[in-house]
Amino acid sequence: MGAQFDIPALPGQRVADPAAFQGVVVEGVSKSFGAKVVLNGTDLLIPKGETLVIIGRSGEGKSVLLKHIVRLLEPDSGRIWVEGQEISRLGIRHLMRLRRRFGFLFQGAALFDSMDVCHNVGLMLKEHTDWTDERMRERACECLSLVGLDGAADKLPSELSGGMKKRAGLARAIVMEPEYILYDEPTTGLDPITGDAINELIIKLRQELGVTSIVVTHDMPSAFKIADRMAMLSSGKIVFTGTVDEVRQTDHPMVRQFIEGNSQGPLGAF
Amino acid sequence: MTAILANIGRNVKDGLSGAGRGVVLLRAIVFATRQFWKMRGEILEQMHVVLVGSMPLVIVTSVFVGAVTAVQAVYQMQAYVPMKFLGTVISKSVFIELGPVLMALVVGSRLCAFYAAELGTMKVTEQLDAMCIMAIDPVSYLAMPRFWAAVLMIPVVTIFCDVIAIVGGYLASVVTLDVSSGTFIEGLRMFYKHSDLLGGLIKSVVFGGIIAMSGIYYGFNTKGGAEGVGRATMTAVVGSCLSVLVADYLLALVLFQIIFEK
Repeated sequence: MGAQFDIPALPGQRVADPAAFQGVVVEGVSKSFGAKVVLNGTDLLIPKGETLVIIGRSGEGKSVLLKHIVRLLEPDSGRIWVEGQEISRLGIRHLMRLRRRFGFLFQGAALFDSMDVCHNVGLMLKEHTDWTDERMRERACECLSLVGLDGAADKLPSELSGGMKKRAGLARAIVMEPEYILYDEPTTGLDPITGDAINELIIKLRQELGVTSIVVTHDMPSAFKIADRMAMLSSGKIVFTGTVDEVRQTDHPMVRQFIEGNSQGPLGAF
Repeated sequence: MTAILANIGRNVKDGLSGAGRGVVLLRAIVFATRQFWKMRGEILEQMHVVLVGSMPLVIVTSVFVGAVTAVQAVYQMQAYVPMKFLGTVISKSVFIELGPVLMALVVGSRLCAFYAAELGTMKVTEQLDAMCIMAIDPVSYLAMPRFWAAVLMIPVVTIFCDVIAIVGGYLASVVTLDVSSGTFIEGLRMFYKHSDLLGGLIKSVVFGGIIAMSGIYYGFNTKGGAEGVGRATMTAVVGSCLSVLVADYLLALVLFQIIFEK
């Protein structure tokens, strides 16, 4: 499935002019926390309109990479461009303006404890539009309905299950109809039916609104279903990129071990 | 020896770096004050937390502060100083020192712990990151309302404390220490100066800023999980109390020159 993009298929390749690239360019990004090197010269290209799934073992830095793309974390070295803008050089106002074009689903949903679900979902509308309270509530309920949370608008996050929190987080991520959505394990903790509904929603957002999605997941059925392209992160580097068919057919030992869930192989077990 | 010096050097470096980050945060809060009117709802909510939430603590603390001051003063004065000065001693002590400092330590610790734990929890559960992604500045949305709520309401709490402590001192003096009501009130009026009250309130404004900054700074810089929140809260309260005491000394030096002396 998925669209075809003119994209280098081998790791380590870069575009000649990142400032002219329509999408996200991650170029040579390194990041360490103390002595632990998490990203080690990571290169990645995500063309506009694509759904890229990043796979890799836990603790390999997939979430850290996502956070670099929206400058929640600053790289020790390397650069990131979003639609030609090098984000580490953006002033705070420009960065804020750029971030309005992003939605982000956090691993733990990161809902605001003190607000009910409706206000969580509608907060961005309140801050960045001049909509009336009724219109904001209507839009928030519409997004909640899309993720199967009708009737949960007035509940507090503490009254929701883990899966419901994640879906509320997704409703919050899409409320402003962003051009880019970053998903950190969108189907983890969901039952298979709800998980599939979220997969369908991610596909629908790309097909109908042209949303560019970057998805971090361990859920391989979900990855195969939603991805236009997949990238594998290991030891701080992208070691493989390819379409879903390429991933299925590859002989790359790390990718094979990962998608087959085999404890024997170059990735090790622990 | 080298290890000890290295450790001292590291602590000094960390301290200076923390102070620098604190100044940057304060500057950002001052800058964010442009949104004071837009955030008035949140500021009022935080003011409510400071004032209404603290009142039981303020009342109990203040009554006994006044009463203890009366008992101590009577014990010290009985053989040497006429009892008509009892009201003077209590009012001066409370207005200049006890009211502002005790409220900064008692109510301030409560508030500082609340800010640090609340913001620290938001930090470790990625709620602050979520806010940044939503292009909402946590300094404008969270820090600025809390800062101004503390700066504006700690003096109000101090005024309550002053009044209640005087009442406590009066009741203790009249009911248990055989001082007549007239004598106490005469002493209260005799050397009363607006500047005493004003000086105490100036102190409490500064203390409010210190309390808020400590809670907000340590909350925003929380690392780790529940243990990190606990550590941040403890450090914030200790830092706030120590800073209040140091600031009290420095303010006393300045204020006695320009206000209390007049």
